[in-house]
Amino acid sequence: MASNHLTGIGSESRQLATWYFTFAAIIFGAQLLFGLVSAIQYVMPGFLFEILDFSVARMLHINALIVWMVFAMFGSVYWLLPDETGIETVGIKIGKLLYWVFVAAIVVVILVYLFIQVGPADEMSIWFIHEGREYIEAPRWADFGIVVVALGFVANLFLTGIKGNRSGIVTVLMADMIAFAGLYLCGMFFTDNISMDQYWWWWVIHLWVEATWEVFVGSLAAYGLIQMIGASRKVVEMWLWIEVAMLFGSGILGIGHHYFWIGTPEYWWEIGALFSALEPLPLVAMFIHVMYDWGKQQGKQAASGSEESVVNNKPAFVWFWMNAFGNFLGAGIWGFFHTLPQVNLYTHGTQFTSAHGHLAFFGAYATILIGMMYLAIQGTNGIKVLKNTKASIWAVSLLVGGMMGMTIALTIAGYVQVLVSRAQMGATWAAYFDGQSGMWFAQAMDWRLLMGGVMFIGFLLLIKDLVTTGKNPVHLR
Amino acid sequence: MANKSVWSDNRFWQRSAAWITGFAAVLLIWLTFDTMGQISMGNDADFKNGVTKRVPGPTVINYKITYEMSTKRGHEVPIIGGNDGQGMSLFQEKEKFFGRDDWSEEEAGALLHLGKLGSQTKNCMNCHTLLGNGAYYAPDLTKAWLDPAWGPEGSMQAMTGKDTKEEAMAEFLMHPSTYPTHARMMPDLGITADEAKGLVAFLKHMSSIDTNGFPRNFGKIQGAVHGK
Repeated sequence: MASNHLTGIGSESRQLATWYFTFAAIIFGAQLLFGLVSAIQYVMPGFLFEILDFSVARMLHINALIVWMVFAMFGSVYWLLPDETGIETVGIKIGKLLYWVFVAAIVVVILVYLFIQVGPADEMSIWFIHEGREYIEAPRWADFGIVVVALGFVANLFLTGIKGNRSGIVTVLMADMIAFAGLYLCGMFFTDNISMDQYWWWWVIHLWVEATWEVFVGSLAAYGLIQMIGASRKVVEMWLWIEVAMLFGSGILGIGHHYFWIGTPEYWWEIGALFSALEPLPLVAMFIHVMYDWGKQQGKQAASGSEESVVNNKPAFVWFWMNAFGNFLGAGIWGFFHTLPQVNLYTHGTQFTSAHGHLAFFGAYATILIGMMYLAIQGTNGIKVLKNTKASIWAVSLLVGGMMGMTIALTIAGYVQVLVSRAQMGATWAAYFDGQSGMWFAQAMDWRLLMGGVMFIGFLLLIKDLVTTGKNPVHLR
Repeated sequence: MANKSVWSDNRFWQRSAAWITGFAAVLLIWLTFDTMGQISMGNDADFKNGVTKRVPGPTVINYKITYEMSTKRGHEVPIIGGNDGQGMSLFQEKEKFFGRDDWSEEEAGALLHLGKLGSQTKNCMNCHTLLGNGAYYAPDLTKAWLDPAWGPEGSMQAMTGKDTKEEAMAEFLMHPSTYPTHARMMPDLGITADEAKGLVAFLKHMSSIDTNGFPRNFGKIQGAVHGK
């Protein structure tokens, strides 16, 4: 793509993508900071008590998670659209305007969370402070803002896909993103019936992270393989369609594993167990796919007599590989651990869920979105081969190592909770605290905090590497 | 030479993906209609007619609620107003809630509405779990109403110096840090007396929801094992 006034980026869509990635990285940092505050509170309960309570810190932790990932996802789409469609994104000016609307809304919401925290039990609080529903706490006014921004984004994607060359990847993204945006509407109402509330709440949470987001990741992996190792589009897109079939085929009805205990009928036991047990299969397939294509391309290279790596962006490829494996491990294995109702009766609502949540969000989403940031850095700076640096290797090691350590610690904590608080003592208030005061539990929380700290150092190195890449002479231009 | 196999044809897989996704989505929507019918909130007439709903009406606060084994279903179920011996509710035995057991449908509904709003605006779910969903920093509230700690013999009721479970819970909610039970405390969330009443009604109502036996053995075992 011809270089122009946009400092070599070559397109306004790509420029907007870098804006999205930048804000995403900042919010990623915020997520880690508020996670650390929450982790400290497990170890030292008096820390910031009645100043920044666990409920507030944790709300910021998980909302920042959703926000940075959505930003990085939007950024990824704006980044790949010109490559895939061969044209500039249609309506990019409106896209840029909506970016600033989105950023402004997020900043206001964060300030309200931080400084107002809770309100009286009335509709005004729901509209202007927060809705108090895990992951989608954003107040109602912001819900409408998010819908407008999401519609603008989907319109950009659709108009560009229709006008330009609509590749398989773009086709999947179009179908996926309209579902992604539409599902958000399921979380935008109030009801006195908590069972009804949670039924629809899961339509947003589950059908995002175990269906539409996973398909999104499949599309990014397909795009990344074409870009980074020159994989054949035909093969990659065929795999993508198979993955879509497997992911949606298992993931949509896999929602049943959230309907075991919330007041919903017993038939969800069977449906949830069956379909969610199938959910790891596409994740295995995705991992095999990445390994297969890599081996195939490198093999071709070897056959032509060259020992040179086919990978033109090492750090991005490391993160994409981490995604393929982490998705399988975090979402697949750690999810399968407690997805059968016989097990889930005891693990539901314990640190087991937390262990799975951490590794799955990181393995399935954080990894590939960081990989996309590296692809954008490469494209923005016109780098032919982007190499690993000390900082990039340390960043990936500390982030991944910290996350694994945290996951293992939380799994052990969950194990104590399941045995003591649930199986032995029957889940009361007293049972809960007996589990929490267990030595294994307390030590697990120390380790979790330590490993959170390790992750934060990894994050700082990641940022250092990302911002210094442009000037680093080690990369081939 | 043989023709190209359909198994390596992108169009084939694209169509398969569309059909599978469509089929799964239609099945989910169909099941959703059935579930909506089963989890819609009941009303006062259900209790009079002996109809068991998965999510009973708000006037459930007028009744005694327990959590007992149903031999037919093989797990515990909420029993409202007495057990018929087979694990079904009789809807007869009443229990005073803040001094009354004649809360009308409107009054009880308003109380539950206030309580549900409070549960969201006070951000309960980012420390506690409700129906097992939320954060893991504080105890699960699904059956909190039935927790022996709040009962007449319970430590929590004794601590607040109140005579009834509902008053003790309301008192704690209004001044949580006055009654620390552990180093990890609940913060003061500015909960008013009315809001506390609503929240307790919300908790009592939630304990009457049929959660398919979650949590198992709730409150049955006290001090059986030393947690360390």
